[in-house]
Order: sequence, then C-alpha cells, then structure tokens
Amino acid sequence: MELKPNEKLDIHELLKDLEHYEPKRRGWLWREKVEDLEMGGHIYKQCSKPLTNSIGIPSAIQYFENLDPQPQEVITTEIASGRFEDDIRRMRMAAWHGADHLMVIRTAGQSHYDGLIEGTPQGIGGVAITRKQVRAQRKALDIIEEEVGRPINYHSYISGVAGPDIAVMFAEEGVNGAHQDPQYNVLYRNVNMVRSFVDAGESKCIMAWADINQIDGAHNANATARDAWKVMPELLVQHGINSLFSEKVGMKPSNISLSTVPPTAAPIPTMRYDLPYAVALRQFFDKYKMRAQMNTKYITSSSREATVTHVMNMLISRITSADIQSTITPDEGRNVPWHVFNIEACDTAKQSLVGMDGLMEMLELKTEGYLPEKVREIQERAVLYLEEMIEMGGYFEAVQKGMFVDSGEYPERNGDGIPRAIDGGTGAGSVYEREETYMAPVTAHYGYNNTMQYGVEPENASDLIGGCTFEDRSKIQFIDELDPTDNVEHRLAEKEKYRNSNLIMPEVEWLADGIVQLELMLPVPMQVAKYAALEYAKHMRMADAEVIHLEAMHPAEGTRVQIKGKVDFAVDLSTLDIPPEPEVLSDQDLWDELEKHPITIVAGTVGEDEHSVGLREIIDIKHGGVEKWGFKVHYLGTSVPVQKLVDAAIELKAEAIMASTIISHDDIHYKNMQKIHDYAIEKGVRDKLVIVAGGTQVTPEIAVEHGMDAGFGRGTKGVHVATAIVETRRKMRGEHE
Amino acid sequence: MKGFRREDDYLTRRESIADLSDAELKERFWENVAKIVDPLLDQAKKFTSPSIERSVLLRMGFSSLEAQPLVEMAIDHGLMGYGVGHVVYVVHKDTGLSLRDAGLKLIEGEYWDLAKEKLGGK
Repeated sequence: MELKPNEKLDIHELLKDLEHYEPKRRGWLWREKVEDLEMGGHIYKQCSKPLTNSIGIPSAIQYFENLDPQPQEVITTEIASGRFEDDIRRMRMAAWHGADHLMVIRTAGQSHYDGLIEGTPQGIGGVAITRKQVRAQRKALDIIEEEVGRPINYHSYISGVAGPDIAVMFAEEGVNGAHQDPQYNVLYRNVNMVRSFVDAGESKCIMAWADINQIDGAHNANATARDAWKVMPELLVQHGINSLFSEKVGMKPSNISLSTVPPTAAPIPTMRYDLPYAVALRQFFDKYKMRAQMNTKYITSSSREATVTHVMNMLISRITSADIQSTITPDEGRNVPWHVFNIEACDTAKQSLVGMDGLMEMLELKTEGYLPEKVREIQERAVLYLEEMIEMGGYFEAVQKGMFVDSGEYPERNGDGIPRAIDGGTGAGSVYEREETYMAPVTAHYGYNNTMQYGVEPENASDLIGGCTFEDRSKIQFIDELDPTDNVEHRLAEKEKYRNSNLIMPEVEWLADGIVQLELMLPVPMQVAKYAALEYAKHMRMADAEVIHLEAMHPAEGTRVQIKGKVDFAVDLSTLDIPPEPEVLSDQDLWDELEKHPITIVAGTVGEDEHSVGLREIIDIKHGGVEKWGFKVHYLGTSVPVQKLVDAAIELKAEAIMASTIISHDDIHYKNMQKIHDYAIEKGVRDKLVIVAGGTQVTPEIAVEHGMDAGFGRGTKGVHVATAIVETRRKMRGEHE
Repeated sequence: MKGFRREDDYLTRRESIADLSDAELKERFWENVAKIVDPLLDQAKKFTSPSIERSVLLRMGFSSLEAQPLVEMAIDHGLMGYGVGHVVYVVHKDTGLSLRDAGLKLIEGEYWDLAKEKLGGK
C-alpha cells in the first residue's frame, strides 16, 4: 500500500489481510540531528533532518514557501477518540505537522481488565488496545512514515493487571514506546502493589528485548497533588524508583524516559518553581532521557491559556533539555481532543522549539544565588524522603503509611496522601512463589527460570520449544473479531456514504460526526450569556448544543462563549459550483510579455492604514514579487489617499494600480476599492488602467463587485497578481474574447 | 488507613546531609534508590502471576483466549509455582502431542493429573 498526498488513506484496503501483516521494524528511533542545518537561508542549531512531505506553521506557508525545519526533539501527540479507524486519519495529519511519536490512550477501564482485549470494540475516552487495532495502526504508520520521510514511533500503555500480556503483544506487533510504571498502578489504579512490581519485572524485561522506549508515570503525582509544586521532592523519588528498577531488569538507559512536567502555571511565578525543578531533575538523572510533558494540572477550557502555558513549558525544555517533547492539545481541558487541536499542539511545539533554536548558545544558567540553592534544596528533600522510606522498611511500607502524593512538601506531611494496603487492591493475593523446578520456555522472561533441568541455559529458554513467537512470528495467534456488532467493520458500514463520496459533513473526531464550534461575544453577564448562546444554537439548528467555554470580558459588558453542537445535514459536493484554482502564467511567459509590453505600476496601502508587509511581499523581487518579471513599481507607502494613487498613476503614465487594504472594520476595505474605481472614472482613466486590490480580509469576488479588475486575499503570491494584471492588459488590447 | 501529619522539619533533617558535596548528594540519592528497588527486584525474580504466565503462553503460541483458561486451571490445580508454560511443556513431551495440541487438550480438562505427576505438584 502506498499513499499519495492528494488521496485519502483507504481504511478498507488497510484492514485487508491484516492477519498476515508483519510490522516493518521494532524498537524506538530518535530523530536524526543535523549539525548547523541550513534551510531557507538560515542556520539551525537544534534541528533534525527535514521531512519530504509536511505542512509548516501558517506563517511558513504564507511568507516562507513552507519553510518547515524540524526540531531535534521527538514530538508526541496523544490520539484516541474511541474509534481507532478515525484516529488513523488524524495520525496522518499529525505526522504531516511534525509528530513522530503517536501515543494512543486506552479506553476507560482497560487497566483493570485481566487479560488482552481482542477485536475492535469502540472505546470511551480512548481506544480498546487490542492486537487487531495495534496491528492496523502500526501498518498505517508504516505507510505514513514513508509518506513524510521520517520514522514514526507508536506508543501505548503497559500497565494495569495485564502488563506482561500487553508487553508481549506490543513486542510482537512492533510497538515502539510504552508507559510502564508500577507506581502508577499502585497509586492511581489501586492495583495491588506486590502484583504490580512482580508483573513490572516481566513487562520491562520484554520491553528491553523489544527495544521499546519506556515512559514512566511520575507526572501523575503532579496532576493529582493538591499543590503540584509541593510534590517536587517526591517526583525525584518516583522517577528514581522506576528508572533504577528498569535498568536493573535490563533496559538500556537511553530507553528509559522520565515523564516530567513543569509543576506550575501562571498566575504562579512559574519559572521560580519550574526551572530549579527541571535543573534538579536533570542533574540527578543525566543518564536517562527526558520526556517533557506539558502541564495539565492547571488547564482550563481556554485553549488560548493552555497554549501559553505550553509555550512556557517549552521554554523550560529549551533552557534545560528534552529528548521527547510531548504535546497536550489545548482543548484537553474541555473534551476528548479534536483533530484540529492535535494539529495546533504539534504546531505550537514546532513553532516554539524552532523559535528558541540555539537559545542556550547565548545564555547560561547562574551558578550562584536562588537557582542553585533551590536546586540543592529539592535534591536534599528527595534524599531525605528516601532515607525515611528505608527507615520505614521499604517501598510497600512507605506506601501503606501514606507517604505518596501527600500535599505537603516533604518532610512536611499533611496526612492526605494515597495510602494503599500491601494486601489490598485489584489482584491482591495473586502472586505465586516459584518452585525450584519452575520453568518458562520463552525468550525475555524475568527472574528464576530452571531450564537447566532440561539441559538448556535460561538465555536460550525458547530452544526448548523450537523458538517462541519472538523468534518465529508464525506462532502468533491472530484473533480478528469477537463481537458481531461492536467492531470496526460495523462502524465503517454505518458511515460508508460519507467515505470517498460527494457527501461531506464537518467533523471534530469521527468521520461525519457533524460537530461544529461556534464563537459568540454576547453583551450580557456570564450566566445570561450561557443560556442566550444556547438559544442561538437552537435557532441555528445545532443539535445537542453545549457550552464549552465561557469567559467574562466584563461583569456587565459582555461574555465570550464557545459552544459546540451538531449539524444534521451533509453538503453534496456535486451540487457546488467551485471555481478552479487560479491559473498562473509561467516565468517565461511573464518575462516575454513584459519585454513586449512593459508595465508600470503605482502601489500603496490606501486609507488610514499603516500595514506595509503584505504589499512589499507582492512587489519585492526577493519575495517572489512582481519586480521579478520586469514590472516597474512606484511604491507610494502606507496611508495613501485614494485620489493620490490615481493621480500618481496618471502622472507617471502607469498601466496599473495595486492597492493594499488590510484594515477591514465596517467594510472600509471594500469602500476604498469603490472610491478608487469611481475616482478613476471621474478622471476618465478607468478604461486605460488595470486596478487590483488585495489584503488579508479581501474576498476576490467582492473586490470585483466594488470595481476592481481582480481582488486578492490571504495566501496571494506575486505571480497571482502579475498574471491578473497581464491577463487584464491583454483583454484591454483585445487579445482575448 | 490514613497518612500522617508533620510540620516541615527540613532544616533539622538536612543536617545529616548538609556537608555532602553535590556529587556526593547525587551518589547518596542513587544508593538510597537502590536500597528501595533491590528487594522489589528480588521479589519479582522469585514470584510469578497470572499475567506473567499468560504472557509466557502467548509467547509459546497460544491466543489470549486460550492462555486465560490455562492459567485459571493451573491455579485450580495448584500448579502455578511450576509455571503454566511448564505444564504445557511436560504434557507435550510426555504425550508426543504438539505443543499447541497439548495446551488445547489441557483446556478441555485432560492431562492435568499427568502434569501433576510429572511436576510433583502440591
């Protein structure tokens, strides 16, 4: 299967013959760093090999010919809408925007499921992680990574009471990264602690064999504790326990990643907490990798606020270090993330990291004063924490006494930690001591394994059975579906009429889910605005409308409201009259034309408008502007009166006028176009002059209605304007129609 | 069970480590972590669990739907301590059935006595 950028990924084709699909590779891959990468005339110090297919941030598209440098850090996005088949499309979009670590969140309750889930049931708040689902997504990513030109790491969770089962399945299916941290099970899933650590040995041993990068679960303490910044000493302890446990099981340090989050967010003075913490952590854990997660503890329904928090988090990543830069979607605080927010989050990471490229070549951290003092304090508190745990009798006893996730900054204790009993929780009493003759004839088995009774060394245990599935894939048992209705084929059939057809519906997470978002500013207080907005939704025929964000602009003057709802109709593309994309003349055509028929242009930004960048881009040769083909341009500057533009054209015997109009309130941009047209008629030159206008808020058809020969909106390039002027001149000369 | 309360006594507690250099402090941190994780690792080496045994059976070529009953039956027969993969292995060796067939027969309830006899199950 191969992908073409202008074609959709065929999900039916993808699911075909899945039973025999073999993943291309296993193991985690980092980006290929390029020293002093040169792109677009700039040198990048912290970037990696560029992609072959990608979409840059909006300014890259508009101003820099899709200049899309890729930071050196692996970029994560978390995707899991409950329907893995729709998530595959989102993964493709995310890969084009720079994500190369695609993390799939599990459906609610999977961590208490004692075994593997099979088939493709729909999930809630995540995806049911099954062999079929994993294989289909890995297969999709095997193709998508070819399309974008960079390996993609696929990731999910090895936790709960079926950790080792899942680890085996992941190893067999080419999963590249996984969360694994027994402490997470214990503290947040109330899985029995003895069972968790016994299982963790096996899970980690399998992960080490499969070269899976591990991410720990310490960041959850941050999200759970009452005051996130007080839990900093404990975070070092939790990271330490999982990291050293993993390394001693056999995982290589470069596959051990700490999930670390800047603990605070504004309005707290974040840098005074987050920076010392980040430095303290990196000093102690210098041989491991950092997975920089973004703060979710203080996230709200404001996507703007979340984005700012995340940019500040990336400042910490740049000042200290990050190997994996995770992203949280800016709508995480209000619902299951939507497609567009995954993309926004990836773009935010890319924009911030590239923007701060090479920052620390110019700055350095102070070695005296507040920063090193605070670093030392956090580290000392962590060391003291461990000493008390040892005094208590070890990990289990410390957890029983409620040492973890207490809201006090250690050694302070507030008595509100999460205590768990050694003999409590899911799976309590379910470990069995291995007998002297205990034996498991498989590869990557942790701990005591008496294969010598059959004359084979434990390292070669699977020789006893002629190789296990790790050596011989043909032994893997693939289960397709178990539920006759709750499965992917059933879901695909339901939405088939919207797949590759002329019917489309808007969507936020699932094909044709019909969900749209509406933004309103209502001149009333919050409580009133909420109900008034829902009334608007009703009149606009939005079903199931819900307020997803409310923000006071002023207690009396107004409220910002965002609502989501569903539309119940499809648009039939076959009924639309869609004008073709504008055709442009070739460089040679334009050079030849200008040689034969020279054109002088008078240009300026009209009205009370000081914007100049857009017009300069259209004029300047170095930005692909019209000068390139020999147009002679007289640039009059900004805030040029309409009359002056026309008068200058007459005086200079110009053939064309280019007017830029950015300001658009009260339709002033269209009014100015009309004035130029009218004044040119008044002066008797309208039929001799080509007059065009452009600006970010200009709709070409409306510009023409206001007397322009052509109008230009966002994304216009010099060649579009040059083509329009030349074509209009030809018409004036009677060469066309 | 509830946690305990204590005022922040960091300044008195730190006296024992205040004189350590930064490098020594880091070393102490990792020594302490090792003291915490070593007993956990020992335990993981000496014990097994239903999930571990299922993961062994998966690697031996059984599906999750087959691994589940095999482990449950091994628990009922008191054979977990020998390894459920081991149970399948001894039945396979003794009967000449293929490894998979041995497992499938065990799921049908056959050969558990044989396994007990071979493994000396309690």
